[in-house]
Amino acid sequence: MKLAFCAMAPARPGATGAPHPARLGGVLLRWFLAVLLVAGAVAPATAADALEVPIVYLTLAEQPRPPLSLVEPTLHDEGVAGAKVGIDDNNTTGRFLNQSYSLTEVVAEDWQALTAEVARLLAEGRRYFVADVGAEPLLAVADLAGAEQALIFNVRAEDDGLRIADCRPNLLHVIPSRAMKADALAQFLMARRWSRWFLVEGQQPDDRAFAEALRRAAGRFGARIVETRPYDYDPMARRTDTGHVQIQRQMTALTQEVPDYDVLVVADESDLFGEYLPYRTWDPRPVVGTQGLVPTAWHRSQEQWGGTQMQTRFENAAGRGMVERDYAAWVAVRAIGEAVTRGSGAEAESVKGYLLSDAFRLGAFKGEGLTFRPWNQQLRQPMLLASARMLASVSPQEGYLHERTPLDSLGYDEPESDCRLN
Amino acid sequence: MRQALLAGGLGVGLGLGLALAAASAGATTIYVSNEKGNSITVIDGDTLEVTATVPVGQRPRGITLSHDQSKLYICTSDDNHVEVLDLETLEVVRTLPSGPDPELFVLAPSGNPLYVANEDDNLVTVVDVESGQVIAEVPVGVEPEGMGISPDGKVLVNTSETTSMAHFIDTETYEITHNVLVDQRPRFAEFTKDGSQVWVSAEIGGTVSIIDAESKEILHKITFEVAGIRPEALQPVGVRVKSDQTVAFVALGPSNRVAVIDARTFEVLDYLLVGQRVWQLAFSPDERFIYSTNGVSNDISVIDVEARRVTKSVTVGALPWGVAVRE
Repeated sequence: MKLAFCAMAPARPGATGAPHPARLGGVLLRWFLAVLLVAGAVAPATAADALEVPIVYLTLAEQPRPPLSLVEPTLHDEGVAGAKVGIDDNNTTGRFLNQSYSLTEVVAEDWQALTAEVARLLAEGRRYFVADVGAEPLLAVADLAGAEQALIFNVRAEDDGLRIADCRPNLLHVIPSRAMKADALAQFLMARRWSRWFLVEGQQPDDRAFAEALRRAAGRFGARIVETRPYDYDPMARRTDTGHVQIQRQMTALTQEVPDYDVLVVADESDLFGEYLPYRTWDPRPVVGTQGLVPTAWHRSQEQWGGTQMQTRFENAAGRGMVERDYAAWVAVRAIGEAVTRGSGAEAESVKGYLLSDAFRLGAFKGEGLTFRPWNQQLRQPMLLASARMLASVSPQEGYLHERTPLDSLGYDEPESDCRLN
Repeated sequence: MRQALLAGGLGVGLGLGLALAAASAGATTIYVSNEKGNSITVIDGDTLEVTATVPVGQRPRGITLSHDQSKLYICTSDDNHVEVLDLETLEVVRTLPSGPDPELFVLAPSGNPLYVANEDDNLVTVVDVESGQVIAEVPVGVEPEGMGISPDGKVLVNTSETTSMAHFIDTETYEITHNVLVDQRPRFAEFTKDGSQVWVSAEIGGTVSIIDAESKEILHKITFEVAGIRPEALQPVGVRVKSDQTVAFVALGPSNRVAVIDARTFEVLDYLLVGQRVWQLAFSPDERFIYSTNGVSNDISVIDVEARRVTKSVTVGALPWGVAVRE
C-alpha cells in the first residue's frame, strides 16, 4: 500500500481517502488510506521505507438501529468513523517517524463470511483487528486457528463473561463492560444517597444482562432494589399520527403502586421503550440506566480534559457527534499507534507487551492516562454519567478507593474472576 | 514610569512627579485570564488588590504582554482569534487572526511575530502583530499546545498533545528540524534563559523532560511523588525556570501543588500547596514572586520564590487559566 501525497496547505483535519469498495463472497471490503496533506514546510515520510501498520475493522452487515427518539440521528458509520479519525491521528504523528497506518473495513454478511475473511487476512499476515461485533462472533474470530498471534480489540461487546470465564489472550476490551457501567452508576447514586431503586427490566437478552449487572452493583455498593418489573415491548413505528397519548398512559400504569423508591433504573439496551419513562412515572422520580442519566465511555457533552479537540476533530471528519463506539474504536487504533510510536515496532507480540506493561498510558480525554488490566485485558477508564444534553458526573466517585487505582472499583476485579491472562 | 511621564505631561510639580516615579518603581501589575468568566482580572502587584475586571472574548486562556508592555495579547479560544487589550485604557483595541481554537502562544523576543498553537487544526500559525497578517502556517502533530521560543528567537518549540512530541521549528524557514518524543500529553515548553535547555511538561505522562537544545537529547526526566496523592493526579502543566537557572517551578494540575525544582540537579526540592487545579505560572519581573492560576478555586496563589512559601491567595474571576505580569 502506498501513501498518497498532495502538496496542499494547510492540512485539513480528518481528511481521508475515498473508499474503494469491493464485494467478494459475502464480504464487503473498503480500504481507507489517510491522505497526508503535506505543506512544503514538512519533509514527507517516503512511502517506500515507511513502517506499515495495517489495521482491519470487522463488522457484520446489519440494519442501523434507529433510536427511539426522533431527535437523535440514525447512525450508519457508528464505530468505524472513530477508527478513521484514529488512523488520521496516527498518521499525523507517523509522518514524523516514517510510519504509515491504514484501515481495511470488512463488512461480512454473516459469521461464516466473517470468519472466512478473517482467516484469509490472518494468512496474509494481518495482525491488528478492531472488532465491532457481538460476543459470539467475537469469540468465533478470536478462536480461529492462526488468530493466536493477532490482537483483537473489542469495541462493542459489553458482556461481562468475556472479562471473566470467556477471556482470551488475543482479546483486548476497549469498550467498558456492563458491570463497569452499572458500578459507575451505582457509585453516583450512592454518593447522592439514592439507594432505593425500582428496576424496570426489558426482556431482550442484552437488557437482562444489564439488569444482572445492576443487581450485582446494588449488592456491591449497598443499594436496595425495592421492586423489579419486567417490561416487554416489541419494536414498533417511531412515528404515529395518533401520537403520545397511549404511551403516556402505559408508562404511568407500569410505574404505579411501587414501594417507596428514590430512583427508577431502566435496563433497555435496544432503546425500545426506556426513553418513554422520564416524566411519565406515577411517582415523581428521576430515570437512570440505559436512558435518562446513562453511564457511558463517551458523550457529546464531554469537553473537559481537552475533549473539545476530540469532539471538533471527529465532527469535522464524520459530520456528526461522536458516540461511545466511535470513541472506543478511536482508542483502539490510537493504542496500537502509541505502542508502535514508543518503539515497539509493528510486531503484534511486542505491541501487546507494551500495551500491558506499566509504561503504557494513553491520553484519551479522561483526565488521566488509560491502561489495561493485565489479568483480563480490559481497558481501565473513568466513566461519564450524562443526561441527554449535559455531563452530570464522572465515576469513580470520590471516596471509592482501591489498592491499585480507584478505576478498579468499576467492573469485575481480579479476585472476582479466575481469568489470569497475564 | 508611565505615571511619572503622565504627571510631567500634566504639568504637576516636579517634586510630586518624582515621588510618583519612586512609588511606582517597584509597581507591577498581574493579569489573569478567566476561562469561564470571559474576562481579564487586573491585580496591583504590590497591594495584591483586584483593580479591574475587563470583559473580553469567549474562553480566554493563554495571555502574554507585548514587547513594550503596552498591550496584552489574549487567546480567546472560542472566538477563534487573538484579542489585543490596551493596558492604558483596558479596552480591546483590535483582534489578530490566529487560526481556530488558539490556546497558547509565544511572542518573538524582538516583539514580532506571534507564534500561535491551534489545537483544532494541527498547525502553528505565525502572525505579524503589526500588520495583523498570517505570515506562515506550520503543520505539526495532533493538538498543538505548548509554545517556547529560544532567547535569540531562532528556534521555536511546539508541543503536540496527542502526538506527544516537541517539534523544533526554524523560525527563518518555518521548517521542523527535529521531533523529540516525550511523555503523554505535553502541555508546555520553556527555554532556559541561556537557551541551552527546553523544559517540556507531560500532563498524562506525569513528567517534565529536559531537552538539550543543541543535541535534542533528553537530558533528564523529572518525576513527581507526593505522599497521600495518587500518582494520576500529579499532572505537570505550566513550567517556569528562573533566569539565573537555579530553580524552576512546575504546576501540577489537580494535585493542587506547585513543585520547586533545583534547576541544576533536576531534583524536586519541595511541593507547595496552592489552590485547586493549578494551570499556569508567571514570575514577577524581579523574580521574587511567582504566581499560579488555580482553575477550580477561582484564585491565584502568590509564592515567595526565596522562602518557597505561599504567602497569599487572591480571588479572581471564574476558572482562571493564564497569567502575565507587567513591570
